[in-house]
Amino acid sequence: MTQPWQAVVVGIALFATMAAYALFTGADFGGGIWDLLAGGTERGRRPRTAIDASVTPVWEGNQTWIVLGIVLVFTAFPTAFAAIMTSLFVPLSLALLGILLRGIGFAFRHEADRVRTEQSAGALFAASSFLAPFFLGVTVGAVATGRVRTDRTGNVPDAWLNPSALMTGALFVAACAYIGAVYLVGDSHRRGDEGMVRYFSKRALAAGVVTGVFAGINLVFLHNDAPYVFHRLVGAALPLLIVSIVAGATALGLVLIRRVWLLRITAGVAVGAVVAAWGWAQYPYLLPTSLSLREGSAPTASLNAELVVLVMAAVFVVPSFVYLYWLQQHEKLVVTEESGDLVRAVARENKTAARPKRPHRVLEAMVIGAAAWELLREAVARMRRK
Amino acid sequence: MLTAIGTLADHAVIPARSQMGASLGFHIIFACFGIAFPLPMLVAHWRGLRHDDASALLLARRWSKVMAVIFAVGAVSGTVLSFELGLLWPTLMGTYGPAYGIPFSIEGIWFFVEAIFTAVYLYGWRKLRPWLHWWTGVPLVISGILGAFSVVAANSWMNQPSGFTLSHGRITHVNPWAVMFNRATPWEVPHMLLAAYMVAGFTTAAVYAVGWMRGRRDRYHRLGFLIPFVTAGVCAPVQVAFGDSVARAIEQQQPLKFAAMEFVNRTHSHVTEWLGGIYVNGKVYFGLGIPDFDSILVGYSPDAKVIGWRSAPPRDRPQLINLVHLAFDLMVVLGIALLVLAAWQGWVWWFRRAIPETKWFLIPAALSGLAAITAMESGWVVTEVGRQPWVVYRMLRTSDAVTTSSGVPVTLVATLLIYAVLTCVVILVPWLMARRWRNQRPSPPEGAESAPPVSDARDDEPVR
Repeated sequence: MTQPWQAVVVGIALFATMAAYALFTGADFGGGIWDLLAGGTERGRRPRTAIDASVTPVWEGNQTWIVLGIVLVFTAFPTAFAAIMTSLFVPLSLALLGILLRGIGFAFRHEADRVRTEQSAGALFAASSFLAPFFLGVTVGAVATGRVRTDRTGNVPDAWLNPSALMTGALFVAACAYIGAVYLVGDSHRRGDEGMVRYFSKRALAAGVVTGVFAGINLVFLHNDAPYVFHRLVGAALPLLIVSIVAGATALGLVLIRRVWLLRITAGVAVGAVVAAWGWAQYPYLLPTSLSLREGSAPTASLNAELVVLVMAAVFVVPSFVYLYWLQQHEKLVVTEESGDLVRAVARENKTAARPKRPHRVLEAMVIGAAAWELLREAVARMRRK
Repeated sequence: MLTAIGTLADHAVIPARSQMGASLGFHIIFACFGIAFPLPMLVAHWRGLRHDDASALLLARRWSKVMAVIFAVGAVSGTVLSFELGLLWPTLMGTYGPAYGIPFSIEGIWFFVEAIFTAVYLYGWRKLRPWLHWWTGVPLVISGILGAFSVVAANSWMNQPSGFTLSHGRITHVNPWAVMFNRATPWEVPHMLLAAYMVAGFTTAAVYAVGWMRGRRDRYHRLGFLIPFVTAGVCAPVQVAFGDSVARAIEQQQPLKFAAMEFVNRTHSHVTEWLGGIYVNGKVYFGLGIPDFDSILVGYSPDAKVIGWRSAPPRDRPQLINLVHLAFDLMVVLGIALLVLAAWQGWVWWFRRAIPETKWFLIPAALSGLAAITAMESGWVVTEVGRQPWVVYRMLRTSDAVTTSSGVPVTLVATLLIYAVLTCVVILVPWLMARRWRNQRPSPPEGAESAPPVSDARDDEPVR
């Protein structure tokens, strides 16, 4: 059975969006995780400063990938969206809580004027960095099991309370920690902070190994819980899976020999390939094995509209996003504090705050007079008419 | 009335509606700032660069810091809404997603652009060349307007659904242009854009009006008041005039909503316009009635007929009529009050180049932000509550769209708690910022003979 090409293209774009979310927001979540694990105030100061400098300027842009993903799903694949949102109400609400708390902690931590408040806001930010990726992972794992179906109503706990879905959640957390550490190795290297490069390299290695182990365990679980996806993963999607494994292993080696840019690219390839493998493993199903692309797609005109949206994304969003990262990687974006010169200049300027004069007093009187005269004339005219 | 309550009590409708209402009501304030705050900020920034004006530059820089907090909260609360569309109303999205989702997708693009350039503008103060940096703020204004257009178009589609063919409960054909430019779009979009500029402008100006009242009458406060006040004040008369046409458009497009707004129970001519009042069992209490005036407003003649809600079967009639009516009146009254305030400042500025000194102006000016926010929220209450019992007008009932999942009451409580705390924090943080900034007075530089401005005398904290 062939699938409509527009649906396939939008589906690919959706997975690309997810890969971008995993890479960029994953690095943010990872930063949050390392922030939480950085230890006490004194000991954790340096890594926290490094995380802050790397994550802060790009956080806003990264955050938005998920919104793009959501609007793509509900416009192009509405029935699947409705089923997922109904069946997985609980994990999605918890993921949403994570996203919300993370944004709040993030927005306010810089503005808190006391250290204690800053720490609690920071803890919020960090704790939610576990919550969001874990439950998004659970959602993805639950869909893979095929227990999210359009013909079920109400919450479906068994869709996500199973080893495979929960393991996918843990895998997402580990992967975020890994991506975050790799990103921070690069940024610390650029800033010439050798101590932090070592610090995050160690963590990248550890997280990389854990991610690999979790992925292996998850494959075993998938065999039981998600037979369709498992068989395609070790079948049609195997080349992509192998690319991911090789890239992941290479990245671990590159951490050891400190090839920063190559490391980032290979780590990116590893994540991108595994997302692609998962997408290909689900093909042609939106919800394995109950809803295929063909059955679940919006009418052609809607899909075409989404293609236009994708072109708009390519024209407006991608260049802006590249520009943002270019600026960030060239240290052009800094979290500024108040400039003292400006405050002094204002104080000097304000010394001569004279009372403004009243330039048009005569004119003002004339206008008021004319208006009063008109009203009076009108009133008199009315009285006469009566 | 009782049957209406009966249908409401089914399913999770009430908690779901409350949660959606709370989320939207919270987000919309921040959205207003996202849309409309960059313009006054860029005006101040432009002034600062063009005329080498340190006060204006300092204002722009501080505003950008406040905007960072506001935009971040707006971004996450917007993300929450995009999830809630599915979490609370899966049937709405599952059935109408192919049409309703299109404006949202386009909004997603502009939201993305705005988020990116917010970051660039916000963190670019130190290292970007000054004019390049100013230009990175321009996409904020444009994407704010385009984004607002798309997302309000989605809402107006709910009021006037068009551009799709429905067969067997599935959308089989879609015309994206007709979805984007439905009959309500030309009314709702400008009305909301003007409202956004008024909210952002009056709220910002209100802060400096307070400072002005407390005697901080320096150039910094003068500019900080005038730039946003003028942006908002210019919108006020346009908004009042345009709003009048919007009401007539609603009378055409959604007569039952209009009937609820104006307490019209049966279709007749010579309809009384009620200002305030409560409708109970066919009578209006405590209201000020102006005979024939509603007919005149609708059809320019006392003989004009206005459709009443009794023309519809009971289950299709609007609910919570008193809420809709009072919200509408509140919006109109506040809008006109803001117009008067803006006209006052306009007059004094035109003839005297000054800010009125009297408390009769300054106290209302200090409250203007709150008034603008209240008016905007009331307007949304009229739109959203007035559309009930439909979520997609005449196509899908709200009670049929709600999720079958249990758990909405829990998320409702969580939402209310988080947003209540967040509201406090969002007010507290800029307040703390302002306090820090006020204390940030420098030691008088060499050559300055006078003491720092009077404002410091009022602060309890020692001057650093």
